[in-house]
Amino acid sequence: MTPVTSSAVSVHVNGDAYRLELDHRTSLLDALREHLALTGTKKGCDHGQCGACTVLLGGRRVYSCLVLCVAVGDREVVTVEGLADGADLHPVQEAFVQRDAFQCGYCTPGQICSAVGMLREAEAGWPSAVTSADTGTSRLDEAEVRERMAGNLCRCGAYANIVPAILDAAGHGGADR
Amino acid sequence: MKQFAYARPADREEAVAMVSGSPGARYLAGGTNLVDLMRLGVAGPDLLVDVSALLPSGVQEQPDRGLLIGAGTPNSDLAADERIRRDHPVLSQALLAGASGQLRNMATVGGNLLQRTRCVYFTDVTKPCNKREAGSGCPARTGAHRDLAVLGASEACIATHPSDMAVALAALDARVHVSGSDGDRVLALDDFYRLPGEDPSRDTTLKHGDLVTAVEIPLASALTRRSAYRKARDRASYAFALGSVAVALEVSGTTVRDVRIAFGSLAHRPWRARTAEDALRGAPATADAFSAAVEVELGAAAPLPDNAFKVPLARNLAVSVLSALLEEAPR
Ligand SMILES: Cc1cc2nc3c(=O)[nH]c(=O)nc-3n(C[C@H](O)[C@H](O)[C@H](O)COP(=O)(O)OP(=O)(O)OC[C@H]3O[C@@H](n4cnc5c(N)ncnc54)[C@H](O)[C@@H]3O)c2cc1C
Ligand code: SF4
Ligand code: FES
Ligand code: FES
Repeated sequence: MTPVTSSAVSVHVNGDAYRLELDHRTSLLDALREHLALTGTKKGCDHGQCGACTVLLGGRRVYSCLVLCVAVGDREVVTVEGLADGADLHPVQEAFVQRDAFQCGYCTPGQICSAVGMLREAEAGWPSAVTSADTGTSRLDEAEVRERMAGNLCRCGAYANIVPAILDAAGHGGADR
Repeated sequence: MKQFAYARPADREEAVAMVSGSPGARYLAGGTNLVDLMRLGVAGPDLLVDVSALLPSGVQEQPDRGLLIGAGTPNSDLAADERIRRDHPVLSQALLAGASGQLRNMATVGGNLLQRTRCVYFTDVTKPCNKREAGSGCPARTGAHRDLAVLGASEACIATHPSDMAVALAALDARVHVSGSDGDRVLALDDFYRLPGEDPSRDTTLKHGDLVTAVEIPLASALTRRSAYRKARDRASYAFALGSVAVALEVSGTTVRDVRIAFGSLAHRPWRARTAEDALRGAPATADAFSAAVEVELGAAAPLPDNAFKVPLARNLAVSVLSALLEEAPR
């Protein structure tokens, strides 16, 4: 018997349902870019080491390069294309524009999706490695943002503007959408 | 990447039967290690059995027996769990010291325990490596071994286990629940991991098809509540450890009443420092005593030229964390 190495896969992306015939090897990242023409999500390393491919999966930030699309199941996928409400940018996107938080822009979709997920995590009271054990709270400051965003590298070194952009968004309901 | 079939079994019995019955099958949990190794050609399963939806997820309180952590619990949920943060802070800290926010959301407790070494020869299929291909040789001994083992290594392999979480679990006397083709069993972490010896191909004592279903940690105590994890690495975050330590300390007056010390990234397994613990129980709680006890433990080290720095690094990490815990201790 020849093994079955491809399947019909249903995925829900940015509110739309798609049905794709996929080789099981296809990552969520490649499905988005090559099969759904959603090229906002970027491929930096393809090994979980850079963060360029960050999307929200079931509401949580993940690296889409390490997710097999066949394993996504019925969890909703949100990419950078799905964050704005029509012409109304997401508060994190707006803050990146206001703060000029990019140079080449390659890491930016991943930074923005990651920041959206990270603000939800902080809102839910999740600690980080720099959260003080005494207070146990996680008031976002520069050190917290840098640690929580460590999974997104910027080759241009735009961190000096990325950090204040995220702090701005945190103060403007960035976690609520 | 090699082509593979994919299955999502309904329950754990079906999953165990599928993998046990097929030498080329592997479990898929968060995929953060396995998918990467498949892409690198290091792993080439012909069947992936996805257990991410069927593994128990979450932390359950068991009366008189401590906490039962489902093998499917994401690392981020475990790190944020109030009971873990309050009663076993070393475990929350170890998890938060590992990987990145995105990876911790994907990575499961079972997958974290079973992640493979980051030895650069192991992950490069163009190079020999006894762990990947038995008998092909170990280029690390004379090559890049700065990250590799100083304790418990063998002629065949000097790899280290990269998990931060497992080091905290070693200090907490965790036990691993396993389902296999011949039933369920519970293993102490000590009997779960192994040293490389002449067969570095296996990291653990598990048999093919064994499924990790949960990890149990004993009841919280004054000891576990005063515990901490510290990790040294090349970057401030998002990097594997060069050395790390998980410590718990209980003092009475000026004497060590009880202590746990486990080192990470020094060996093929989390290294529980029982010699140092035995020397410290009942000894004066002073930095000098901590240092002397840890020196004896690390006396067994056999470092190579480029990783000899790990021995004093490990000692300094342990002494500084023990001293910090002592500072906080009630008199
Ligand atoms: C860039 C990068 C940085 C990282 N940094 C760190 C770090 O600093 N510290 C750290 O500790 N880790 C780090 N990691 C590793 C990460 O923690 C592991 O990849 C993760 O914990 C693996 O969990 P998973 O659920 O994704 O496992 P998977 O990749 O799904 O599985 C890993 C292995 O375990 C097997 N398996 C999975 N679940 C079970 C089960 N229940 N029973 C039996 N077998 C099972 C699989 O078959 C596979 O062989 C890093 C990873 C990356 C990519
Ligand atoms: S240390 Fe172990 S994993 Fe690394 S090359 Fe040698 S045999 Fe392979
Ligand atoms: S492309 Fe996924 S982390 Fe780099
Ligand atoms: S803006 Fe160029 S990589 Fe970040």
